[in-house]
Amino acid sequence: MQNSTTNARDNLVARDNRGLRAYVKSGQPYVWLTGGAVTASIIITVSLLVLIMVRGMSHFWPADLVQARYQPPGREAEVVLAEIRSGEEVTVDRLLNAGLPVDPNQALYDRLLLKVGNRDLLGVDFRYVISDWLVERTLPEDAAVFERTEWGNFHGFLDAVVMEGQSYVGENAWPAYRLAQARAEGLRAQIATLEKGRIGRVNYELERLRLRERELQLDGIERASSPEAFAEIDQRRAALDEEYAGIAAERANLYQALDRDRLRLKTVQGRVFEIALAKVLDAHRPNAMNVFQKTGYWFGKLWEFVSTEPREANTEGGIFPAIFGTVMMVILMSVFVTPFGILAALYLREYARQGTLTRIIRIAVNNLAGVPSIVYGMFGLGFFVYLVGGNIDRLFYPEAAPAPVFGTPGILWASLTLAILTLPVVIVATEEGLSRIPRHIREASLALGATKAETLWRVVLPMASPAMMTGLILAIARAAGEVAPLMLVGVVKLAPNLPLDFNFPFVHLDRKFMHLGFHIYDVGFQSPNVEAARPLVYATSFLLVVVIMVLNLSAVMIRNRLRERYKALDS
Amino acid sequence: MTPAQPSLTSPAEADRSIVGGKSARMRSRYLRDAAARWVVWGGGLGVIGALMLIFFYLVSEVLPLFGGATVTPRPPITLSGGGETRYLAAEEQAEVGFRVTADGQAQFFSLHDGQSLASETLPLQGQGVVSVVDIDREQGLSAVQRSDGAVLLMQQRYAVRFDDRQRRQISPTLQYPQGVEAFPFAGQPMQDLVVRQARDQLMIAGADGSSTVVLQRYRQAASLFGDGGLTAQPLLRLDAPFAVDRVLLDPLLGWLYVANRDGGKMALYQLRGERPELIDQVALGSALRDLQHLSGGISVMVAQADGVVSQWFPARREGGVYYLARVRDIAAFGGDRITVLGPEMRRRVVAVGGDNGEAVLVHGTAGTTVWSGKVLEGAVRHLVFNSRANYLMAMDDAGRFAGFDVHNEHPEVSLQALWGKVWYEGYDEPRWLWQSSAASSDFEPKFSLTPLGFGTLKAAFYAMLFAIPLAILGAIYTANFMSSEMRQAVKPTIELMEALPTVILGFLAGLWLAPFVESNLPGVFLTLMLLPLSIPLFGYAWLALPRAIRQRVPAGWEAALLIPVVTLLVSFCFLVAKPIEVLLFAGNMQAWLDQNFGIGYDQRNALVVGIAMGVAVIPNIYSIAEDAIFSVPKQLSLGSLALGATPWQTLVGVVLPTASPGIFSAVMIGTGRAVGETMIVLMATGNTAVMDFSMFEGLRTLSANIAVEMPESEVGSTHFRLLFLAGLVLFLFTFAFNTLAEVVRQRLRQKYASI
Repeated sequence: MQNSTTNARDNLVARDNRGLRAYVKSGQPYVWLTGGAVTASIIITVSLLVLIMVRGMSHFWPADLVQARYQPPGREAEVVLAEIRSGEEVTVDRLLNAGLPVDPNQALYDRLLLKVGNRDLLGVDFRYVISDWLVERTLPEDAAVFERTEWGNFHGFLDAVVMEGQSYVGENAWPAYRLAQARAEGLRAQIATLEKGRIGRVNYELERLRLRERELQLDGIERASSPEAFAEIDQRRAALDEEYAGIAAERANLYQALDRDRLRLKTVQGRVFEIALAKVLDAHRPNAMNVFQKTGYWFGKLWEFVSTEPREANTEGGIFPAIFGTVMMVILMSVFVTPFGILAALYLREYARQGTLTRIIRIAVNNLAGVPSIVYGMFGLGFFVYLVGGNIDRLFYPEAAPAPVFGTPGILWASLTLAILTLPVVIVATEEGLSRIPRHIREASLALGATKAETLWRVVLPMASPAMMTGLILAIARAAGEVAPLMLVGVVKLAPNLPLDFNFPFVHLDRKFMHLGFHIYDVGFQSPNVEAARPLVYATSFLLVVVIMVLNLSAVMIRNRLRERYKALDS
Repeated sequence: MTPAQPSLTSPAEADRSIVGGKSARMRSRYLRDAAARWVVWGGGLGVIGALMLIFFYLVSEVLPLFGGATVTPRPPITLSGGGETRYLAAEEQAEVGFRVTADGQAQFFSLHDGQSLASETLPLQGQGVVSVVDIDREQGLSAVQRSDGAVLLMQQRYAVRFDDRQRRQISPTLQYPQGVEAFPFAGQPMQDLVVRQARDQLMIAGADGSSTVVLQRYRQAASLFGDGGLTAQPLLRLDAPFAVDRVLLDPLLGWLYVANRDGGKMALYQLRGERPELIDQVALGSALRDLQHLSGGISVMVAQADGVVSQWFPARREGGVYYLARVRDIAAFGGDRITVLGPEMRRRVVAVGGDNGEAVLVHGTAGTTVWSGKVLEGAVRHLVFNSRANYLMAMDDAGRFAGFDVHNEHPEVSLQALWGKVWYEGYDEPRWLWQSSAASSDFEPKFSLTPLGFGTLKAAFYAMLFAIPLAILGAIYTANFMSSEMRQAVKPTIELMEALPTVILGFLAGLWLAPFVESNLPGVFLTLMLLPLSIPLFGYAWLALPRAIRQRVPAGWEAALLIPVVTLLVSFCFLVAKPIEVLLFAGNMQAWLDQNFGIGYDQRNALVVGIAMGVAVIPNIYSIAEDAIFSVPKQLSLGSLALGATPWQTLVGVVLPTASPGIFSAVMIGTGRAVGETMIVLMATGNTAVMDFSMFEGLRTLSANIAVEMPESEVGSTHFRLLFLAGLVLFLFTFAFNTLAEVVRQRLRQKYASI
């Protein structure tokens, strides 16, 4: 510490010292570095959110269809009609590895990702091309995108519409198509109500009758010895069978009507082929649309995304069942977690003796929030599903054996597992709320002759209610985003039925369900056509992020208001 | 305040309220109070109990792994019919036994009372039984050697049906799959014989105590109806390097083992070509007592006269040359007491019988003794499991029979097998491997938790490497240098990230970041290097600006200035990365790394996981560390500043030492979260359980392993319980880390309060 005195003097004398050494010595570089860390964190946060938003929301925007000639040097040219999805710079070495006829002297190439559609004709609907070789690009006005029930989108031109045996070509094709499409949509809606509603109900009732019959047999009632017990079942079954036959005939008629019209389409390569209108869901000509039309189309697609069911192994269509499943699971979870979380918090804060044991319990409960969620999932699977569910099946549903009812993952066990997972969140938040209530308020209530229970119910709990709300909202936000435990206790990639419908008893807690978070995992990683599914995953992610951010922000706002309120009380 | 006048109307009632407890109304109030007390007590303790239940449930699922085996004797039975037993077997349900006597009687008997259920004389044309050997014990298929050396194939069949009271009825029959005509073999009885059948071939090998081994193949004649008979191929005679009195053939007819009992020698032949080829010969070091295949037919277990059971299989040296590897030794008895080996049919367990009636169950892979005890009075001659391995029968020299119910659920678990290097079948050296299932049923499960634990720590390490500098430096700036208005905006923004579902981060990491990093690897490293360097340089440049400009930015808003700087810098890094890749790395950094350093590259690797999981834990660490630094009492830092220390000196000398326990606990909590995180690693790594610390290789963590394998795991199996063990390890690890962090924080809070 020889020069410490000189150092100290330097610092005392406020000199505007501009030398690099002085700058380093002052510690300023490190301060800047810490500032850089904050900046980087903020940039990461914001850019993540922006990335998800842009990628997710741009998917619904009708992209232009580029017609061009793809001419790699020394190879045969081909015509493509495609959306340009993205572009990047690639070093020539990597392209040489891929066997492309690139010029080794040009160091860098632009590579584009095209969505060419027509998976049934071309084999793949996405392909990489070198930007330089994609020449004579035009945007033909009449190029159209047809959304189909299978094989993904079709890129091409509408040649003719065959309606009731009559062909509409040229100018008349598009108006005719619109007309036919509207009719097909109506028919499709009718078929959907028929299949989902009435046929679903008949099947459900038939299954219940089968179980009822099995139950009778298990009780030792045989068909031979007591036919009267089975008479009602048989009668009911006959009626249902008859009803089903009627519905089936009606459905066959609808399908026949739907099959009436056909479209003649032409690919950009000039190939013409016919397709049943029943297989086309929608068509638009992006190059001919103006901004307002595109915006309208965007909102329409967005609505379709949140309100319809997925198609084609979840890579197309909407995510309504996943939204529904997430919401229902979260509601069920709240029903379980709220009362028990509050009870535990009341016990810890108001009733338990504040000794070492309570402190240990408090720390333990606190730390359970940090236990990996997958561990809760294992607990849910082993304890709830196999142990509790298995025993429920044995005791109450012997007629369903060997098919499990509650002895298999389902929405009840999923919500119970998440309730246990989020209990620490609710307990901690409620406890914090309780501890913020000034002691003198409780004492005043007790001094006025109220019992402890009355004090709690009339004074303490209402004052702590915002804290409880905060806890509950945080719990919901955590539960909505949690996926790992759900993979073990009840989430599936495609649930045929919602856990809530019009068949008695309306709420089916034993059913499996779909979930937004799992949908992201499943579509992003298990889907056969990742490239096609990717934008949908971004859109789903964005939706999930929005829901969770809104929940969290509301929790923060409630907490802030709560603090304001007690500031007033304390003074 | 005026005296409270409650809603009571008459003075008499007011009087009563003071007395309390007597009126019905007061009573009901007190009752309700008591009820509330009970509800809260009950509910609260119930909830806490339910949370604790997680721990106890995990433990209860894990404990049976270490429970060992129980072997309970069934009531003693005597076998009817007499005769010297040459072969013993039991069917799957452990209800019916089967034996063949020396005089050619085949008898099915009840394992409950020893009563004969069915009996027949084998069609031996007047010859006696020299020996009976297994062809495929699981299928009940065996071969009888007649006194003239000819071989007869027989198969036990057990038809199971349920009677009207749902009781199981097993009716045994004996069949002769190749007819009652015996295959002539060598024209003389052999000292030892082995018969195997695989696909369209039947192979018989025999040794008569000389150095010649006789080998006979039969091929299935191709027939339209698949019922063509077996046609004999030319007889082969092998000249072994020593006198052979024991032969063994693997089920796929690929390897022939020959051995000399008293000389303790063993040799291995490969049967792939036309002529068998001698691969290796070894000396055991002591005499050989028995030789048996473990299930799966890859390993052979050798019972040695020194009381050791050794395991052997063909492995390859470097260069691909096969040799007979002595894989492990398991001490069964002290001294020369082993008489017989009885392997299980589906697992790598083998029962070892001793000359004083003792038996030991050992497990091949784990190399451990699972159970030991006395089963009989005399020397054990036969030790036979049924195919489910829940029943063991033993017979001694004197023909005494004993049956045992065996409960041995998890023999493959031992500390060494879970955490140490194990030499698995088909591998050329001991390794750490996790491979829980395969297509075939007699596959050797590989249950080493080490690669999973290693993957977990590796992922956490890279995540912390990324997160700690950003989070803690950020926390320092936010708490110490940032203006309070900016802090109010910045802190919630970063904390909001905590709520971002990890499945989204995982998805971005796997489908966006991983391909991005792969094609922009130089850019990533350029950013990581240039960013920390250039920010202080910018600070210096800023200092050089005229005061008038500098003072426009209020104190504590410097970080806002950096936003465009960092953005521009990162864009610049990625812009020049491609030309740099062309210049320095020949246009492909991965290939360059591979060529020059032999570093392999996975698209989904630890670097990607580190960044993604780092982003996930930054808010945790940041938030707690910032709280700790911010709540350092202001008088400390103000005092330091007043004494002339620069802000940085104050920070390093005063604030950070005071807040260091809080920062430590922030790191602990972040580590705990990184260790347990599931979705990010599941999606952003290839989930391959490799032991490689390279940041360009993938990994598999404990949590991702649970998520992948749990749904397919059979309830109650070793695999199922091992997954619970992995869960328990995670639980205890994170719980311990969080508790430590919490205790540290509480102490810190008390310290602050006392200042």
